[in-house]
Amino acid sequence: MKSGRFWAWVTFILGAAYFFIPLIATMEFSMRMRRGTYSFDAYKVVLGDERFQATFTFSVLAAVFTIILGVLLVVPTAYWIRLRLPQLRPVVEFVTLLPLVIPAIVIVFGYIRMYGSNSPLPFLSSDMGTNALLVIGYATLALPYMYRAVDTGLRTIDVRTLTEAAQILGAGWTTIIGRVILPNVLIAVLSGAFLTFAIVIGEFTMASLLNRPAFGPYLQNIGANRAYEPAALAIIAFVITWGCMSVIQVLSRFAPKSANRPN
Amino acid sequence: MRLPTQWLGVAPFIIFALMFLILPTLYLILGAFQNSDGAVTLENIIELAQPSIVAAYLISIKVSVASALLGAFIGLAIAIAIVRGGLPNWTRSATLTFSGVASQFAGVPLAFAFLATLGRLGLVTVFLRALGFDPYQHGFNVLSFWGLTLTYLYFQIPLMVVIITPAIDGLKKEWGEAAATLGATQWQYWRMVVIPVIWPSFLGTVILLFANAFGAIATAYALTGSSLNIVPILLYAQIRGDVLHNPHLGYAIAFGMIFITGLANVFYIWFRTRSERWLK
Repeated sequence: MKSGRFWAWVTFILGAAYFFIPLIATMEFSMRMRRGTYSFDAYKVVLGDERFQATFTFSVLAAVFTIILGVLLVVPTAYWIRLRLPQLRPVVEFVTLLPLVIPAIVIVFGYIRMYGSNSPLPFLSSDMGTNALLVIGYATLALPYMYRAVDTGLRTIDVRTLTEAAQILGAGWTTIIGRVILPNVLIAVLSGAFLTFAIVIGEFTMASLLNRPAFGPYLQNIGANRAYEPAALAIIAFVITWGCMSVIQVLSRFAPKSANRPN
Repeated sequence: MRLPTQWLGVAPFIIFALMFLILPTLYLILGAFQNSDGAVTLENIIELAQPSIVAAYLISIKVSVASALLGAFIGLAIAIAIVRGGLPNWTRSATLTFSGVASQFAGVPLAFAFLATLGRLGLVTVFLRALGFDPYQHGFNVLSFWGLTLTYLYFQIPLMVVIITPAIDGLKKEWGEAAATLGATQWQYWRMVVIPVIWPSFLGTVILLFANAFGAIATAYALTGSSLNIVPILLYAQIRGDVLHNPHLGYAIAFGMIFITGLANVFYIWFRTRSERWLK
């Protein structure tokens, strides 16, 4: 057992070294912009760059719309599957896992060919249409995570009783989903939302192939043309990801662990 | 009249999935088997056999397999260390929290981080050079197979840790005690109890890691530009500018990517049903 603990420490320390050295190196590199001394110049340059602000805002907006679309799509579906169509569950779960199998670049390639300007649904013929298609593409990327988060949330509440109670009180479907189910799985939905945000904010492939002025293509462009700014951007991106994941961890502490009654 | 209202509830989801996930993919798959006049042909698939495309598939598969297997085994070792290694509790929560973050830290910023670490002017390179060992003089390059694999491990290992830790938690203490009572050695306990129990989730995660690396483009593109010829980068160039001078060849490349990740999943399902039968 002694030697077991020794090897556990060795594994842990080697792992920690592999994961921390790149972060330290990136931090160090990002502070080398001013000759001979460490400074935050690269961060000042980056944060003051108009294109940084514009592309970052664009991607935040895209993330917000993706989350809204994802919630509208996933919450009613997962709810309905639990309540009325459990026999469809394997099919829906399979579909939600597809984006893990079909690479993003293939999905967006399909969009470009299917929704071009001479197709019956010419999403790509206008800027707004292309933006919408980007948000739709992001929603498919986030689908596996969003669906699992919401479905886990639904498992912890008694969907049937809540629905019946609401119906007895005269509630319609929109009211039931919007004011009874959604608030009960809000924590799960928020977890999915922050994960979606982390995935979408720096996404490169779809944004670049749809020619959108998003944060991911901006990052790539800076990487190809500058020396120290990319390192600063990497640290900023890491902090954003860290922030999203911390929020999810904090939220999970408030989440109920099991249903009061099995359903 | 009950059926229509029942199905109405999932209609938006089904329509969305068809329009934006299934039909676009089918469109490419069908396109891979057509020529520009719309006639059915295998020509595009045969044309995939040209050396530059085969090379791209091979390097992609090599990087994906290497980063999936290394990521899986290292991730498993870390998970076992924090769950079973008798380490203080903080190591477990710190590892899991960090893994959650690192598994999502991919794309372009990850490439920047590794350029700052192992690039020609990266901290580790400079440090090793000061010690008298220049990795770039010994065949290493961050813009190469090993460089890319090492970079991909930064999200592959944590993903494994996040997924496999619950499976290791599921190993009951009693099983170890029961095995010991029956006179099993530590090795027998691992071989006959632990490995069969975690095998399905382990294998499933390996497949997930493989697909994860196989479809990834942003990290490789930001790291190497187009100097490393992997399939997603080739497809990217083809979508942008028809570099292969045959639009339907692009469909064939996309079809090849789906075929490979799909095949990996078929293997996984096959292994899984086999191992489940065995567990009963």
